[in-house]
Amino acid sequence: MKSDKHSNKIKRGSDVIALNIISYAFCGIVALVCLVPFVMIVSGSFSSEKAILQNGFSILPQQFSLEAYKTVFKDPIVILRAYCTTICLTIVGTVVGLLLQTMTAYVLSRKDFGWRNAFSLFFYFTTLFSGGLVPYFILITQTLNLRDNYLALLLPLIFSVYNLLIMKSYIMGIPDSLIEAAKIDGGGEFLILFKIVLPLIKPALATVGLFIALAYWNDWYNAMLYIKSEEKYPLQYFLYQRVNNIEAYKKLLSNAAASSVASAVSLPTQTLKMALTVVVTGPIVLAYPLAQKYFVQGITIGAVKG
Amino acid sequence: MKENGFRGFFKKLYKYRVFLLMLAPAVIYTLIFSYYPMTGIVTAFKKYNYAGGIWGSPWNGLENFKFFFKSGQAALVIRNTVLYNLLFIAVNTVTQIAVAVFLTELSNKYYRKITQSLMFLPYFISWVIVGVMAFNIFSSDYGFINRIITYFGGEKISFYTTPQVWPLILLFFSVWKGIGYGSVMYLAALMGIDTSIYDSAKIDGANVFQRIFYVTIPMIMPTTIILLLLAVGGIFKGNFDMFYNLVGNNGLLYNYTDVIDTLTFRALISSNNFGMSAAIGLFQSVLCFITVLIVNKLVGMYDKDYTLF
Repeated sequence: MKSDKHSNKIKRGSDVIALNIISYAFCGIVALVCLVPFVMIVSGSFSSEKAILQNGFSILPQQFSLEAYKTVFKDPIVILRAYCTTICLTIVGTVVGLLLQTMTAYVLSRKDFGWRNAFSLFFYFTTLFSGGLVPYFILITQTLNLRDNYLALLLPLIFSVYNLLIMKSYIMGIPDSLIEAAKIDGGGEFLILFKIVLPLIKPALATVGLFIALAYWNDWYNAMLYIKSEEKYPLQYFLYQRVNNIEAYKKLLSNAAASSVASAVSLPTQTLKMALTVVVTGPIVLAYPLAQKYFVQGITIGAVKG
Repeated sequence: MKENGFRGFFKKLYKYRVFLLMLAPAVIYTLIFSYYPMTGIVTAFKKYNYAGGIWGSPWNGLENFKFFFKSGQAALVIRNTVLYNLLFIAVNTVTQIAVAVFLTELSNKYYRKITQSLMFLPYFISWVIVGVMAFNIFSSDYGFINRIITYFGGEKISFYTTPQVWPLILLFFSVWKGIGYGSVMYLAALMGIDTSIYDSAKIDGANVFQRIFYVTIPMIMPTTIILLLLAVGGIFKGNFDMFYNLVGNNGLLYNYTDVIDTLTFRALISSNNFGMSAAIGLFQSVLCFITVLIVNKLVGMYDKDYTLF
């Protein structure tokens, strides 16, 4: 009896250990696979062009060199301009978008608003059926005549029904009694929204705000469709254009550095692509540890029906 | 109290005036950016020209649709879209559940936090950057994979001219980008499992693997089924960002990589064929709408709480 129990304990121990090893190994490998492409871009950007042309890209830098970064910053104005465009769009879009979504979600969460189901359906239906790309394209470029206008980058992302639903389910979590009490005290709806509701849904504001901000930061699609002038490119589309037309970019850079004898041919190509990608990616990778927590909240809440 | 008819309507209009004022911006936005374009689907039945616009161009009957289906492109892009989505849904679900299960088994808090954060990293970057990464890894001349192949004395593979390998490459990046984000839902479901069930499984003599397969997995089945159904609802939607940034305008690969969304885009931007592009878009919208209705019905049969409407 005793020995039986003993062997049982060992058996249980060994399967726990096996699972532990598998878990640590599996998560470690997946995490590494997620990280490696980032490392390779950074390594590529710090390698010498000659080494890359000879050996190809690797996980660690080859013949450490700052050549690519020096080339990128030969003409820093263009990158700074793209950065500015993206930062401004992100800030304006996030602030206005949050305001719009919060205000709408607040009304749709009020149980004493008799038409809230009809309006909810009005918004929700747009996620089920859409006119598609062509009518939207015609709307932006012809009806509203926003081609090459910053509004064509701002407007398409400013309101989203998914964010509205996340916001609504947060606000529904506020006890009705709080709002009732404020109403009895004679607070108008705007006052209740800004003084009572907003301070209570700070986590939701952070979550939805970050979703909106990320959408603006990573947007290249609207720029590709609607923006023609290079000086209006946001960051991601700037990167897309430069990487895919790297020769044109090199020409531009060598012209910018007219005083130097460097011709376009002598500038690096492959490492330049990598350095440019690092310059564009940097801030988001540095900011994401702070943002991750709120995204996790948002995903879990978003799954709960609004 | 209850009043009907016009009088009641105007009374309510007055009563709700502040609410309506607050809703107005979003309602106007949605009317302009979502409902007005729905009227633009008539473009699908027109021979579109710039001068005439949506309403002034001559009618074209079903010619745009006929062209789409007769050219053979329809069958190809629909097949590709559905097969890719099935592949992505299947593999993503399995890997995300695996990650969630193994992450919860990690006893070291820091190891768990760090690995989870690293898995979340790809979610935050744009597909443009993923496109550069794909080039970094798969480029024929300088790619990392070819570097390894040649190191071991093999022949370089020209990935960007070999369509057959693209389902795997696209699958890799789909899993890579979604794993951290996607596993969060399953993690939440795992946290919700009552630990006393584990204890009783232990007493019944189940080893940890049996516990995972006979307790954990069945317990997160409801979440899994709901997420699966929701994913199936988008089965006719191709991830344009992904396909365009990884494949781009590389016509050599289209047989294996062209999806409905990339074809719609090319018909509009490259060929300026508004009519056909709108026809494909309408066809897709209708398919998506029907799928969502069916899926919603199925979700409702499974668990009423999770139906969308």
